[in-house]
Amino acid sequence: MTMLIIDNLHAEIDGKPILKGLTLTVNAGEIHAIMGPNGAGKSTLAYVLGGRPGYEVTGGSVTLNGADLLDMDPHERATAGMFLGFQYPVEIPGVSNVQFLREALNAQRTARGEAPLSGGDFLKLAREKAGLLRMDMEMLKRNVNVGFSGGEKKRAEMVQMGILDPAFAVLDETDSGLDIDALRVVGDGINAIMRAPDKAVLLITHYQRLLDYVRPDFVHVLAAGRIVTSGGPELAQRLESEGYEAVA
Amino acid sequence: MATLPTTRDENWRYADGAVLAQLDPDVLDQWDDFDVAPGETARRIIMAGGAGPELIRVRVTVGDGATAELFGVVAGDAYARLEVVVHLGRGAHFQFGGVTIGGGDAVREIVTRMDHALPDATSDQVIRAVHWGTATGNFLGRIDVARHAQKTDAAQDFKGLILERGAATNARPELEIYADDVKCAHGASIGQLDESARFYMAARGLPPELARKLLVQAFIGDAFAALGDEGEQERLMDVALAALGDRS
Repeated sequence: MTMLIIDNLHAEIDGKPILKGLTLTVNAGEIHAIMGPNGAGKSTLAYVLGGRPGYEVTGGSVTLNGADLLDMDPHERATAGMFLGFQYPVEIPGVSNVQFLREALNAQRTARGEAPLSGGDFLKLAREKAGLLRMDMEMLKRNVNVGFSGGEKKRAEMVQMGILDPAFAVLDETDSGLDIDALRVVGDGINAIMRAPDKAVLLITHYQRLLDYVRPDFVHVLAAGRIVTSGGPELAQRLESEGYEAVA
Repeated sequence: MATLPTTRDENWRYADGAVLAQLDPDVLDQWDDFDVAPGETARRIIMAGGAGPELIRVRVTVGDGATAELFGVVAGDAYARLEVVVHLGRGAHFQFGGVTIGGGDAVREIVTRMDHALPDATSDQVIRAVHWGTATGNFLGRIDVARHAQKTDAAQDFKGLILERGAATNARPELEIYADDVKCAHGASIGQLDESARFYMAARGLPPELARKLLVQAFIGDAFAALGDEGEQERLMDVALAALGDRS
């Protein structure tokens, strides 16, 4: 089943075109990796899909499970089943992870017409997902990302993804800032949470190393705002050894 | 009989001049006395949240070695001023947490004066102002440290949050220190809601009103952090956040 259709997407920041006709289809059950050099538009693609203010879509369309994604506010996209994993997760002093995630999950549930989770049920769920990512529950009682190391922030992003249980995840350089052990834990986490017939992932990365743990079904090279080459997992290995210029 | 102040008076310069002109001059002689006997500890909580203008003036006398705590929320629809004058005994401590919050076109202000006339006394003030519409939040904080008041430790921390263009905040810290062995930390800053935090919260499914509420709650929470009684903390927070809920 088709999950995400990006058709001829054009987007700009401050009047500067970044995405110039990007087309991509992601089916349920698939993991797609998007690789590309600096400045290719990888993070812009993530933010445009997330609906970040300041990223203006000037052409094309995006649908998620048949619904017009670009017509939704950012919080509605989350409710529609999308999760955006941030390259630089934001610190929110004074708001604990537990409060933040419980409010977020219950806001999504309420918007979907489901009953909100009780405090006890939420903590049980949070404990289970934190365990999956080997994150101490005490960390979840602390303020959102405040005082977390780069690796802890990325691990926390994956715990959030586990709790919110999206159908479709866009993970923007989730591997940056991770040491080898953390990379494995995060990779295992992505597989455990998102590797399912009714889910899909768009994995944005600079390097091939995360793909050793999260094996993509398709690899795309993004350069100058468009997908220039697509292939299977072997494409990532070729990129790693030969570089973007040679392959794309 | 007292004469009515005008905005030409330095201590009233950010007040609502039109409201001042209509005050009953007698109210200027009305002080609410809050005396704490030597060695004792006492707390007072003040809520100003009426529909008409309010002038609340508290004169605190903290005996030798005593502790006085004062927490207040100024959240009315009209001009309101909470004025606190504190006389500290030897080794006394004064703890203050104050919040002004609201919209419309009202001026809400907190005016404090710490009179450190004797040695070894400490005072700690945390003030937060949150305004929208064309409302104004003011903080005027004066700390006097007399020549003999050695080992005084007086801290003052003010932060203002402006939710919409058109609202305003004024801060005037004023320190007069005549002793040489003292600590007087003070800070004043004014800003807006963190846009990246708002987008991050939206990306997790929180609607804008809920994200704003959580961020404002975190912002004003600092003012009540030193209040040991959780029930009272919640009560103050509820009054403050109710003003945000009425936001038009």
